[in-house]
Amino acid sequence: MDLHLDRISHFYGETEVMRDISFDIPAGKIICIIGPSGCGKSTLLRLIGGLERPSEGQVIQIGDPPADSINPLTYIFQDFALLPWRSVEGNISLVLEDHGITGNRADAIITDVLTRTKLTDFRKALPKQLSGGMKQRVAISRALAVNPAVMLMDEPLSALDSQTRELLMDDLISLWTRQNFTAVYVTHNLNEAVRLGHSIVVLSRRPGRIQEIVDIDKPLPERGMGDKDLEEVQRHLWDLMKEEALAADKELINV
Amino acid sequence: MSEIASTANGTGKTRVVNFRGGGFAPKSMRWVGPIVFVVLIGLMELGTRTGFISNLTLPRPSDVFGTFVHLWDTGLLWQHMVPSVSRLLVGAALGASTGIAVGVMIGLFSLVRAGLVPLVAAIFPIPKIALLPLFVIWFGIDEASKYALIAFGTFTPTVVATYGAVDNVDRSLIRMGQSFSLSWRSIVLKIVLPGAMPGILSGLRVSLAIAIILLVAAEMLGAEYGIGAYILEAGSLYDLERLFAGVVILSVMGVGVSALIGLIEAKILGWRT
Repeated sequence: MDLHLDRISHFYGETEVMRDISFDIPAGKIICIIGPSGCGKSTLLRLIGGLERPSEGQVIQIGDPPADSINPLTYIFQDFALLPWRSVEGNISLVLEDHGITGNRADAIITDVLTRTKLTDFRKALPKQLSGGMKQRVAISRALAVNPAVMLMDEPLSALDSQTRELLMDDLISLWTRQNFTAVYVTHNLNEAVRLGHSIVVLSRRPGRIQEIVDIDKPLPERGMGDKDLEEVQRHLWDLMKEEALAADKELINV
Repeated sequence: MSEIASTANGTGKTRVVNFRGGGFAPKSMRWVGPIVFVVLIGLMELGTRTGFISNLTLPRPSDVFGTFVHLWDTGLLWQHMVPSVSRLLVGAALGASTGIAVGVMIGLFSLVRAGLVPLVAAIFPIPKIALLPLFVIWFGIDEASKYALIAFGTFTPTVVATYGAVDNVDRSLIRMGQSFSLSWRSIVLKIVLPGAMPGILSGLRVSLAIAIILLVAAEMLGAEYGIGAYILEAGSLYDLERLFAGVVILSVMGVGVSALIGLIEAKILGWRT
């Protein structure tokens, strides 16, 4: 299943947050969205997943999601959004229960996703016992449990320290290599974008418009921490964003 | 660089940096509470025995205790306790459950909020005791009017605490629920209600204390037995020992209710950090 964004504009009251945004999200690719703060990248993500309605334009689903996909458009949030009163296992079963998956079937799914995110030993733990990185792993395994057609990731690593971020990035890459998932990945971190994105959508400051879409052909598993070519791309992205970020920083906030 | 080195070498005066980070962190001190009670009661006993406090101002704690023992021995204690506790249970259960239900509705539906919040604000400050005659007319002089008074008094603070608690549930959790296409029912039952539970329980502490206060008021309505009736009778006779014995029983009930809620919190809110 592919997604297509068709000339999306969005307003909050009088404020125009984004203008005329169109791009494709092809199956099996990770699309990163970057832009200065307040450019509406998180809003765009909410529009893509149907948590908000765009003022103009539409998000179009091309083809059907796989039959076994329980929740085709699935989010991973920056603040993890785990229920603190449920264990790791309970947080995952929460999203299965409503779709009628309980008992042995749920158990099998939970075991599978916890193995894939290396969380098997933490099955009974409560969120308060886990570190930030572990919490985000739980959120990722919860997302995997519903077998999404597209993962919508809203700055998933921004609340984590840089070591944990590195580890989780490796985990995401190995998850993707094992089974190519589709994802839209919003971040303000250019390094994450060049490491994880097959293409990177650069937005301008508010009202967010597409400045450029940068494609990176190098396969994900071959990308490393200090790759020269990636640094080249990162520098290019920063050049694109620098002026915008500077200007966005000086803007008065009156939303 | 050279300057730093010279001070470290001892040419400048050295002293330890002042600590100024203490306080503002409540610690658990279990024994202080009981000590305050013991000291206060000890002072009262000492004062009344030495004559520093006259027997008209304060009853002697040992006499109050004696009255209590008498109550126990004659079986009058249970005769008063059983109706009181059952009134409290029925009234508070009615008030708290409808209060929680209405509070959750206010928290969930804008229309209910717009309609009921002003109404609750209007009835909250009414001293429920002032409505006593009304309750007698509506529910008769029997138990029903006593239940109604206690229920009504418990209802308003429970409503306010509950909708506040529902408002405070982390919106990002609700958004998460929606993003996984959970049904409205599941979001309410599995996210909103458990998330509001801490606020609801701490609201219940206040409401149940109010319920005990109103118990005495309710028993002004021609009750023959009951802690409230016992206190009122002792009061009108200026029998301070019995008055205090009754008051102590109410206090103990209050402590008991608070401890019960503490137990429930420890049991079901273990997930809190």
